Amino acid sequence: MLGKTADGLFWMFRYLERNENTARLLDAGFRIALTRADAAEPEWASVLTTIGIKQAFLEKYERLETTHVIDFLLRDSSNPSSVLSMIQAARDNARLLRTALTRELWSATNECWLTLRELLNRPVRERELPFVLNTIQQQNALLNGTLHNTMMRNEIFNFARLGTFLERADNTARILDIKYYLLLPSVSLVGSSVDNVQWETILRSVSAQRSYHRLHKGDVRPREIANFLMLDLRMPRSLAFCYAKLTDNLTHLAKDYGVHQPCFDQAKTVFAKLTNHSIDEIFESGLHEFIQEFIRDNNALGRQIEKDYRFYG
Amino acid sequence: MADFKHFDEMFGAGEPSREPYRDYHQWFESQDAAWLHRKSDEAETVFRKIGITFNVYGEEEASERLIPFDVVPRIISSREWSRLVRGIRQRIQALNAFLYDVYHRKEIFRAGRIPVELIANNDAFLPQMIGVSPPGNVYTHVVGVDIVRTGEDEFYVLEDNARTPSGVSYMLENREIMLQMFPELFARVNVQAVGNYPKNLRRSLGNCAPRSGEGTPVIAVLTPGMYNSAYFEHAFLAAQMGAELVEGHDLRVVDGRIAMRTTQGYAPIDVIYRRVDDDYLDPLNFNPQSLLGVPGLFDVYRAGGVTIANAPGTGIADDKAIYSYMPDIVQFYTGEKAMLKNVPTWRCREPDSLRYVLDHLSELVVKEVHGSGGYGMLIGPAASNKELAAFRDKLKATPGKYIAQPTLSLSTTPILTKNGLDPRHVDLRIFALTAPNEIHMTPGGLTRVALNKGSLVVNSSQGGGTKDTWVLEE
Repeated sequence: MLGKTADGLFWMFRYLERNENTARLLDAGFRIALTRADAAEPEWASVLTTIGIKQAFLEKYERLETTHVIDFLLRDSSNPSSVLSMIQAARDNARLLRTALTRELWSATNECWLTLRELLNRPVRERELPFVLNTIQQQNALLNGTLHNTMMRNEIFNFARLGTFLERADNTARILDIKYYLLLPSVSLVGSSVDNVQWETILRSVSAQRSYHRLHKGDVRPREIANFLMLDLRMPRSLAFCYAKLTDNLTHLAKDYGVHQPCFDQAKTVFAKLTNHSIDEIFESGLHEFIQEFIRDNNALGRQIEKDYRFYG
Repeated sequence: MADFKHFDEMFGAGEPSREPYRDYHQWFESQDAAWLHRKSDEAETVFRKIGITFNVYGEEEASERLIPFDVVPRIISSREWSRLVRGIRQRIQALNAFLYDVYHRKEIFRAGRIPVELIANNDAFLPQMIGVSPPGNVYTHVVGVDIVRTGEDEFYVLEDNARTPSGVSYMLENREIMLQMFPELFARVNVQAVGNYPKNLRRSLGNCAPRSGEGTPVIAVLTPGMYNSAYFEHAFLAAQMGAELVEGHDLRVVDGRIAMRTTQGYAPIDVIYRRVDDDYLDPLNFNPQSLLGVPGLFDVYRAGGVTIANAPGTGIADDKAIYSYMPDIVQFYTGEKAMLKNVPTWRCREPDSLRYVLDHLSELVVKEVHGSGGYGMLIGPAASNKELAAFRDKLKATPGKYIAQPTLSLSTTPILTKNGLDPRHVDLRIFALTAPNEIHMTPGGLTRVALNKGSLVVNSSQGGGTKDTWVLEE
């Protein structure tokens, strides 16, 4: 497989995953903006910070108005992380590596692009937002389903999955990085309505509300939320889950190629940090430090994968 | 219904339909018109969804465009087909012999059959190829021969596209879509399959590999990239052949071989099916400004380390000025008379011809010798006085750049319109594969159709569409 193709797959699936995350964050933020006007601005600020585009937004707009945030996140072509920019980039990559994709997966990608382009060719009004976000997630689900149902489980699949889970781990970690203070025991006022909304928002932004409540019978506690998002191997957006998948796919590649690359050991090390510690130990040694270190490790792993598998000349 | 000034392939001289179209026409007549139109729209949706598009240069908005598809097939009898096959095979043999000669002993020029200036002052002639013998002496691995028809038995070769002809993906996808839209038709009419083309291409290219017998040859398709107008086809063919789709920056010279950068290091390639022009192959040996090529590729080629398909320098054979000598070229190398006719051609570089062309400009088609895609050509009968005058000046200024041909009365085949079947002019590109001991043609081709009534321009960049092309079983 060409290094360029691996690169294209990896980034294609990072872009797609990022879109899904943006849709979730928008959904959670919009809920706050609707229900608690005073909390809207800080919530949008944290959404933009999570995606890493607050600076860019504030260069364009003075205030964090909901309509502007929606437009910037969904369809602003000057924002390289907007949903429209991302699907364009993902589809460009798919065109570039068409030979590696099944016909079905290419069609699904192309259709996703056609649908979102049509959907986002004019400003999205607030009342249309739920429908638009839903469509983004549906299209992504279609694409991921097609990946699973039609692609061989080989190196092509592995590089696609590495992209997905590296991006997802980054996203969950960034949410935790922005909101960690809400999860610290010292500030938790169990039962206070402020925190309840904030905690629900965190869960909502990783689509984990229902799973969490099922698991904890409606008992919302910061320690459990942190545990759920970081260490629970059953939760598909948790850091541990992402690293289980990353090490899985890197193991396949190592077996397939007969070579253990440095990125393999790097992923194992990060995974061990997540599996060898309890959430209490992590709280004790510093939640924020742990998350920041994780984000650094995760970025380093991405760079190492690019190097080990010769993505660039 | 048909326009009898021109030969119509479905109706000939009038109803009933000609033999090859009989079964189809019966079927067509029994269909509901509204349903056929729905099918036609459906086909377009499918094309868009699967992204069969071509890029148009200089158009930012709709930079990926669909080529319109007409659901009425163009049908060729097996007798007509075998005649075309024999004629094309003969031409391709002659073309390869000619190319070898051009870059070696130049017998045909010594014999005085073609003026040597034609290559001496020709950009398509590649001095770097002098004395180089490509593996198996094959130059034209893939040829797309453009055929036009003017009557029941009148076929002409319009162009031998011997550089990097495109369009074969449309031949395959058009059939695919017809099979999806009208499966019952294929139970009714015995149509020869075209789907083996990628397999045959792979085999044919593999047979031209430099070190045969060293395992399965590794083939890569070299594309200028995703912004090229035929990118879809490059990706399509690579995928269908199970070959890698590479760009120049994926390749480099490693231990005297051309190798591609893979996730596991550099892996050598035996055959490069290039879809880039000669100029962009190798910045060290050709255009130094090119970012598309592979430095040192040509040196590896010359040393026999890799096959480049089509061979560099092949363009000299499908040059429009050389084209006019094809009957002589066929005769010279095969000892036979050319089976397929050439369109009579006036070479404007010759003063007598130029005078004739200037006097009859409004009746002629004038083409640039090195042009393609229908750009820069003049269709006399359709041109305004102003356009004619402008072209007259161009001809006088640089006559050597042009050739002229009579406006052929191209055959028509009906398309589906709001008012039912309506004739439109068509041409046909036939794809031929050349290996050392075999010239293979896929029974079918790309029929291009001028969708505008009366128009003779079939180019997709100028309002042309395509049709599925059926060659019937015997």
